[in-house]
Order: sequence, then C-alpha cells, then structure tokens
Amino acid sequence: MANILSSGKIGKKHLSERGLVNLFIWPTLILLILVNIFPLFYSIFLSFNNYSVIGNKLPIWVGFQNFKDLLTNEQVWNYFAITGRYALLSVVLQTVLGFGLAMLIREKFKGSGIITTLILIPMMLSPVVVGLFWKLMFNPGYGIFNYLISWLGIPLTTDWLAKGDLALWAIVLVDVWMWTPFVMLLVLSGLSAIPEYLYEAAAIDRASSWFQFWHITLPQVAPLVLIAVLFRSIEAFKSFDLAMGLTGGGPGAATRLISIDIYTRAFLGQFKTGQASALAVIVLVVIIAISNLYITALNKAKES
Amino acid sequence: MKKLFYVVILLALLLTACKPTPVATDAPVATDAPPVTEPTVKQLTILWAEWDPANYLQEIGNLYEKETGIKVNVVQEPWGSFYDLMASQWAAKSDTYDMVVGDSQWTGQGATQGHYVNLTDFMKSNGIDQTVTEATLKYYGEYPVGSGTYWAYPTEGDAVGWAYRKDLFEDPAEMDAFKAKYGYELATPETWAELRDIAEFFTRPDNPKNGVKYGVGVYTQKDYDGMIMGYENVMFSWGADWFDPETFEVEGVVNSDKAVEALTFYRELYKFAPPGTSNAFYAEMNDAFISGQAAMIMNYFAFFPSLANPGVNPFAENTGFFAGPKGPDGQAFVALGGQGLSVLAYTSPERQQASMEFIKWFSQERIQKEWAKVGGYTCNKAVLASDEFLQNTPYNQAFSDSMQMVKDFWNIPVFGQMLEPVNRILHPYIVDGQGDPKALLDQLAVEQRQILVDNGILK
Repeated sequence: MANILSSGKIGKKHLSERGLVNLFIWPTLILLILVNIFPLFYSIFLSFNNYSVIGNKLPIWVGFQNFKDLLTNEQVWNYFAITGRYALLSVVLQTVLGFGLAMLIREKFKGSGIITTLILIPMMLSPVVVGLFWKLMFNPGYGIFNYLISWLGIPLTTDWLAKGDLALWAIVLVDVWMWTPFVMLLVLSGLSAIPEYLYEAAAIDRASSWFQFWHITLPQVAPLVLIAVLFRSIEAFKSFDLAMGLTGGGPGAATRLISIDIYTRAFLGQFKTGQASALAVIVLVVIIAISNLYITALNKAKES
Repeated sequence: MKKLFYVVILLALLLTACKPTPVATDAPVATDAPPVTEPTVKQLTILWAEWDPANYLQEIGNLYEKETGIKVNVVQEPWGSFYDLMASQWAAKSDTYDMVVGDSQWTGQGATQGHYVNLTDFMKSNGIDQTVTEATLKYYGEYPVGSGTYWAYPTEGDAVGWAYRKDLFEDPAEMDAFKAKYGYELATPETWAELRDIAEFFTRPDNPKNGVKYGVGVYTQKDYDGMIMGYENVMFSWGADWFDPETFEVEGVVNSDKAVEALTFYRELYKFAPPGTSNAFYAEMNDAFISGQAAMIMNYFAFFPSLANPGVNPFAENTGFFAGPKGPDGQAFVALGGQGLSVLAYTSPERQQASMEFIKWFSQERIQKEWAKVGGYTCNKAVLASDEFLQNTPYNQAFSDSMQMVKDFWNIPVFGQMLEPVNRILHPYIVDGQGDPKALLDQLAVEQRQILVDNGILK
C-alpha cells in the first residue's frame, strides 16, 4: 500500500497536504477580502474624498478635509459625548447588575436552571424588536412602564422618549435590561472555575466573607469581567439599532449616538458618503484605542 | 512573497474601486427619449412604496396586460426603506426596475444626477402635460420648477387632509357646550384658530367623550420629512415659507415673524395630541384615530381609505373628512404628498420606450377614470372635476379641494441636507417646548443658508 501511494501514479490523483490547506483557506480568505477587507480599505479611501454614492460623479480627492470638517464640528463632538455617556452608563450598570446576578445564582438551587435560562432570554432577542416593544411600554397613553414605576411618584403621563433629559436614560435602561444577562453569563463561568480549596483554606484561616470576596472571588473573576466590559463597551460605542428603534436619535438630536449620525450622513436623503466614511474611520480608531486600553488591563490582570 | 501577493490583491481591489464611472454635471442630464422601436419587451417592473395605491396600480397593470400582452409587475418596498432601496439602485446603475413612482423631492436628484429619463418631448408631443393639473405637473414632474422640463408623469396626487369624529362634532350637548365656551358653532374648522379651539375642547383625559381623550393628532416624526410635512401646513398658511422661490434665500424667510408665529402655533397644537405621539407620522395618526384616542387627525389622503373601512376603523360610519383650514390672513395651503412616475435611465432603450408606452396608455382619460375608480388619486383634470370622482368616496371632495391648495418644500438635490437641521432644531421645541422659537428659527436659517452656499445654490 505504501508502495502504491509513493509510486506516483495514484499519488498524483490526491491533493497534497499543501493543496488541501489551500482549498480550505482560500475560499474563506477570498470571502474575507471581498466582504471585510475591501470595504474597509474602500471606505478609508472614500473618507479622503468628496463623494456621494448616488451623485453619478467620480470621487474628488480632498485629503483630510472631511476629517477637519468633522473634528471642528461642535455637533459631532456632542454626539461623541452622548455616545460616551450612553456607553459609560450602560456598561457600568450592566457590569454591576450582571456581577450581582451571577453571585446570586452561583449556588445551585431548585429551579436555578430555568431561572438562569429566563434571565438570558432578553439577550437572545433582536435589538430592533426590543426597541419597538419598549417603545410601546414607554408610551404614556397605554404603556405599562409608567404604571409599574408610579410608586416612585413619577407622573403617569411622563413621555420618556419625548424629553431630552429622559430619553437617553430610557435607552440605557433597555440596553441594561437586554445585556446584563451577557455579563452575568461570563461572570458565572468565571465563578464556577474558581477552585473550591481557595475558599476552604480561607475559611480555615477564619477569613471574613468580604475578605474572601475581595481577595479570592474578585481577582479570579477579574479577567472575565474585563472581557465582558470590553465586549459591551465596543458594542455600546457602535450601538445603533436599539436607539434607532426607540427614539430615532430624538427628541431633536438628544439621543443621536455617533452611529446614528453616520447613518444620517450616509443615507436619509443626504448621501454624504465621503464624510460618513470619514466619521466611520474616526469611530473605528476610537474603538481600537478603547480596546487596546482594555486589553492592556486584561493582560495585567492575568499577570497578577 | 506571500505578503507581496496579498498587497497586490488589495491594490487590485482598490484600483477596481477607483475605476472611473460616467460623470454627470449639476445641470439636468439630457437622457432624452430613445428612438421608437418595435416593442419587444414582455414585462415592465415598477418600484413603489408598500401601501394600498401600489395595489391599485397593480390592478391597472393587470388591465394593461389584458390589452397589450405586456405584463406589469409593481414591486412594493416598505416606506422606511423605499428611498434607500431606490438610492442603492441608482448607485449601482441597476436595471432591475423600469420605472419608479418616486417622491416629488427626489426629482432634483433624478434629473441632475442622471437617474431619470427626460420626458419633456414625450409628454409634450403626446399632449400628456395638458391632461394633468398645473400644480401636480409642477410639483411631481417638473425640474427645475418653471423650466418646462418634465421628469415624471403625475400619478398619485396626494396632500395632507383631516379626518374627524362626526359623532362628537354633531352631538347636541357638545355643540351647546362648545358654543357656550367659544362663542361660535362647533363645525369642521374653517381656520387654524378654530381647529385649535376644537382640539382644546375635546382634550379631556379625565372626562373623555365617547372614549376620546385628546383633540388632535399631528405629525411629529423627526427621522425624515414627517414633522416637516405637518408643520408646513401651518407655516404656509401663515404666509411663511421655507425659502424665497426666486432666489432660494432662507434668511428672513424661514425665520420670519410669521414663521415664528406658525411654529409657536404648531407647538400649541401638540399640547392637545395623545401622549406618546412625539415621533408620529401617518401610521401613528391612523392608529390614534382608529383606537379612539383623538377627535381629529391630520394625514395624507392616501391613508384615508382605511378610515372609511368599517373592517379597520370601528368609527368609520362616524368619520368625516375636511381640507386644511385657513391661516390668520385667510391663506390656506396644504402640504403636498403624492408621487410621479419616472422612467429610470439605466434600462435599455427598448425598455425605456416600452415604459413610455405604458405611461402614454396610463395617462388616457378612460384609464385615469379606472385608476380613480380602483382607489388611485388621479391628477387628471377632467377626472378630478367629474361628479363621479367627487362622489366616489367620502374623502374625494376634501381631496379635490386640497389639491387646489397644495404647496411643496425643496426638491433640490440637497433636500436631505435641508431636512436634517429642521428635525434636529425644531423637534425638541414642538414635542417638549425646548428653546425659544425665534432663536431656533434663526439658527435654522443660518444652518440652511450654509448648506445652500456650500452647494453653490446661494452665494
């Protein structure tokens, strides 16, 4: 058999190992280049041009003009500030609540499986659908939300989505409802990986619960919490569908996240494709910078 | 070597992306009608928004197939993505669709960017331009306005009208109470001031009449042109405007004293609207009416068939319709809706010719009668004036009245950029009272002027 394979005639009919590798890699690579790499480079190219996709004109090279226009525009900075506020509030609340929930359901009890599954349901839904459902629930005429929180003394007629100071909180609330389970899931996996003997040793040394939490639980789970924070921060920074479904960026531009601003410039009758590409590139740079900060922190946490 | 190979691939892709495309100028592109050839086209595809009139057009298309053997397929796209789909087709120079029933404000883009076929000679030589009302030809077909150059056949006339609850307006106790409070009879409003009084009168969240808690529903949607279509009914009727039609100047026009009064009034009206309608357009208006929340709503006439349908609207028997009221100086204008049928420039000359043959057939009076009969809002002069049309539905009289008062906003290629500051600046004031109306309109004038200057429309 070995002789037949090595004799050449039959061996030539089979793919070499290298050929097989290429057969698997190249279709994926070509798809990646066409769907990801090319659009990325093309949008970077367009960001240096005055170009409208429906304008029927060639892109006109304008260098850094689009970036200059955007970065000297007060409104754009305002949209970045709104996005930052939204991301910070959402991620902090999700992390605290997700951690708390994970601690609560860490120990197995009767029905804990079902409860965990129920808690995870919101993150399995489509953000647009969630946005539209919550829009109905926030409706001051017939929505249930104001009724549920009426014990706080908030008037039943409060229109959360029409008031500039409340609309952002409404989106944060829905985002927290939807994505806290994700943080909980990651933290839960971290908690289950902590060796039991660490707690046993601490108990023998008569360490308090707080001491155990601060010196065992938190350091052990920290890398996973940082991963959750990293994912959620990136997601929150480029969040679009939830806010679009709930407020469309309104009232006025009170909840116009930076991704909604990109959409507004790129579509909705404006079709400022070059400028929208430049803004997308800026957002990409910001997200890469934030990610690097988190990854540095993550590496430090792992080392310690 | 490998790295070099990847770099070569990426460079090749980038070069492909930079490949020159046909250049268009800002002037309307002369894509005149192609020479007449033997019809070889067996099917025509028309793109329109997803709504009842598109179903009616399909019925007309079926009639065309019966008469000529050429199949007409009306493809419907939800309103939310209709414009994006059309724009992506333009960008790709796609020949998927032969014709589009497009919004009036697209005409500037269609004409100057080469997406639409110039129909001037075709419409004039066949006398089609003489068959439709002047206002519809001007707003749905012509670009630039007053140029006598046509890019679309006025197909679906539409305007913002009003629906109201007759059971409330004709209730003797309510009529007496209204007269006692305001000093005149309760009836369909002749003026905006009367409409405001009626809206206030029926706003009783704690003491509803026949379940109605609020007086009026008005457009507030800020994503595209919804709120603008609502506000401009008031603004135009107050004698204000978006810009000077001769010079395109906005300073002193969009922020005139009359505009300030109109904006203040529109804000006042919203106070009598159902809570939760802070980002509301046509669907939310009909919802507010059908669910019995509002005594009156504004909406495009194209959305009124469902209000007259007892299967959809439980108050259909008690629903009446009226045209937009007058402003303080007696002027009455209503916002234009509706669309024109354009031939897309990226199909073959044969298909363009076949599309024009369809328009020629469709524009005949007998077909326009049929179009009106199935539910379409014809722009044909003769059909609009006929008793048969006026009595066909409970809202056709109001529609006919409204079409005498229509006025439109910008149809210039940068209309989308002009919409954005209006929504951003005025929406918080209208729905939440944020800001001073004069200061807001001044800011709007500055921003819109800059857009016009940046795009070479103003100096």
